[in-house]
Amino acid sequence: MTSVPVSGSAVARRAGSGRAGRRLRRTSRKAALNLAGVLVALFALFPVLWMISTAFKPASEIYSLTPQPLPLHPTLANFRAVISGSVIGISYWNFLKNSLFITIVAVAVSSLVGLLAAIALGRFKFRFRTTYLIMLLIVQLLPQQALVVSLFIDFRKLNLLDSLVGLIAVYTAFALPVTIWMLRNFAATVPKELEEAAAIDGAGAWTRFWRILLPLVSPGLVATSVFAFIFAYNEFVFALTFLGTDTAKFTLPLYVQYFYGQNSTNWGAIMASSTLFTIPVLVFFLFTQRRLASGLVAGAVKG
Amino acid sequence: MVTSSHSRPGTPSPAGSTPSPSEPDEPRNTTGRSVSPATDLSVQQRAGIWIRKHGVGPYLLLLPATAVIGALILWPAVQVGLFSFQNYGLMQISGVLPAQWIGFSNYSQILHDPEFWQSLKTSLYFALVVVPLTMIIGTLVGQLLARLGPKMRTFVSVSALLAWATPAVSASVIFVWLVDPDGGVVDWALAKLPSWLGGGAHWAGFSWTNATLPAYTVLTVMLVWTGFPFIAVTVLAGLRTLPSELLEAARVDGAGPWRTFWKVTFPLLRPVFLVLALLSTIWDFGMFTQAYIVTGNLGNRDEYNLGLYEYSQAFTQPPHYGLASAAAFVLTIILLIVTVGYVRAAIKQGSLA
Repeated sequence: MTSVPVSGSAVARRAGSGRAGRRLRRTSRKAALNLAGVLVALFALFPVLWMISTAFKPASEIYSLTPQPLPLHPTLANFRAVISGSVIGISYWNFLKNSLFITIVAVAVSSLVGLLAAIALGRFKFRFRTTYLIMLLIVQLLPQQALVVSLFIDFRKLNLLDSLVGLIAVYTAFALPVTIWMLRNFAATVPKELEEAAAIDGAGAWTRFWRILLPLVSPGLVATSVFAFIFAYNEFVFALTFLGTDTAKFTLPLYVQYFYGQNSTNWGAIMASSTLFTIPVLVFFLFTQRRLASGLVAGAVKG
Repeated sequence: MVTSSHSRPGTPSPAGSTPSPSEPDEPRNTTGRSVSPATDLSVQQRAGIWIRKHGVGPYLLLLPATAVIGALILWPAVQVGLFSFQNYGLMQISGVLPAQWIGFSNYSQILHDPEFWQSLKTSLYFALVVVPLTMIIGTLVGQLLARLGPKMRTFVSVSALLAWATPAVSASVIFVWLVDPDGGVVDWALAKLPSWLGGGAHWAGFSWTNATLPAYTVLTVMLVWTGFPFIAVTVLAGLRTLPSELLEAARVDGAGPWRTFWKVTFPLLRPVFLVLALLSTIWDFGMFTQAYIVTGNLGNRDEYNLGLYEYSQAFTQPPHYGLASAAAFVLTIILLIVTVGYVRAAIKQGSLA
């Protein structure tokens, strides 16, 4: 898609047909590129937009023979059914509460624990540093559906099944490697001179941490928290396995999947539940994407 | 650093007075003044001195993270290995019978199971199709983003990243709805397509999720949709690190975009592409959530990939945790081979510095 307009401009240069012709070609090249951009954006947004649109449609339009892009007679009935809990007996708010509780605690704990480790890895040289970093890289990529079997057996013994605490522990652990990995770069960039100057002025380690290190790594903390938040809020395999029997304890992803399983033809309500699950995380992402994108790219390009 | 002493304002930090072997790059941390450690030090300060002297500071800082990762990731990984040599099932998990070591018989049992080989093939073929497809589309979009104006670039990349940020559960449910035989927009659109484009009335009411090939076609589109934005923005970031004179020189020499990509961009960004390809392989080969939902909650055994096969051994009745662990071990080993490649690429890039 992209190669066509570019080669077009190369032809234009070789032909060299005067200034007006060149300007025309440049505008048409730009228009073609913008069109391609709009098509990519449409491809990316279409499924989410279709979900939202379906959630506002009455049943007659959902199963109509010619699907409309937008609801002709928008209705809130699907959302009402989901929020009132009339379909599976428990309201959406219950699951939102579970999800937010688990996610916020897991993000807080993994940020704190991760920051300590990141300081060690970013600001100290010690014997097993490289080994530790390699361990973090490998641990990030272990398949969760493989570990879930043995965690299930452990949690059963420890009475942590059907418990939000067990899920918080797992989310904290699985958010940690990426958190440490990204934060360590931020911790490493805080200039040593700043800390030294503060030390000379008599600031103790605790003061130096609160007044110097923490403010300077806080952009990194925001980025890693967003990552950990999205991971914990979206996670499915552990929730599916550990919260198998107690519907009231379900997190949002498990709720949406369960809802879909229970009413597999009630697409209006399914899309409404999925919208109420998805939109918060996408809005959250939109607000934080600037910081996130830089962290993401730094993580990928630099390792 | 955090756990070390908290000195009162005005007193020189005792931390600076003991050159620590653990921080060869921080020798100038010393304040130049020396404090005699014998007099008037609190317990906290003594602890701080001890920590510095023995260089255990970084280890103390790593302790909580290591404990959490060790208990909840590393130990379970080891345990999967142990369970794979035991006859761990319903009797064992409920404590009626003790687990027994049974050597390699779990492995021989799954290796003689045609369903195992079927699921392995499904995972392999899926990764072989999705990884190149995601890489190509992601790279093309990355190149496109590099050529757009700033506003358009932000609009397109943020839109694309919204697809990336969409939870796997939502994406799966949405795609199942898009291809639903009654009311799904995909069957409707395919039925409207002219026949020379492969469309036609036979698409009306076509069921996508009841057979392996159609179900994995849906999964392919879904994972490309989820995966291409990350590749596009990473390639864009990589392109921006290239010296613009190089690309300019290639253009002046009359190289088209195809040649410029293969002769200039690709060789220079080879490490980035390698890391992206390895990460995509790990994600796509290990796909679970999307396959679980699209193929119908473990209901269709012939639509399993390796992850679903492994999971179903443990979590459909009766449970065979030993067999599941053996399958999980095989899955983990395959992914570890790819991961080793990833770690080596990361080391080459110097990201462990």
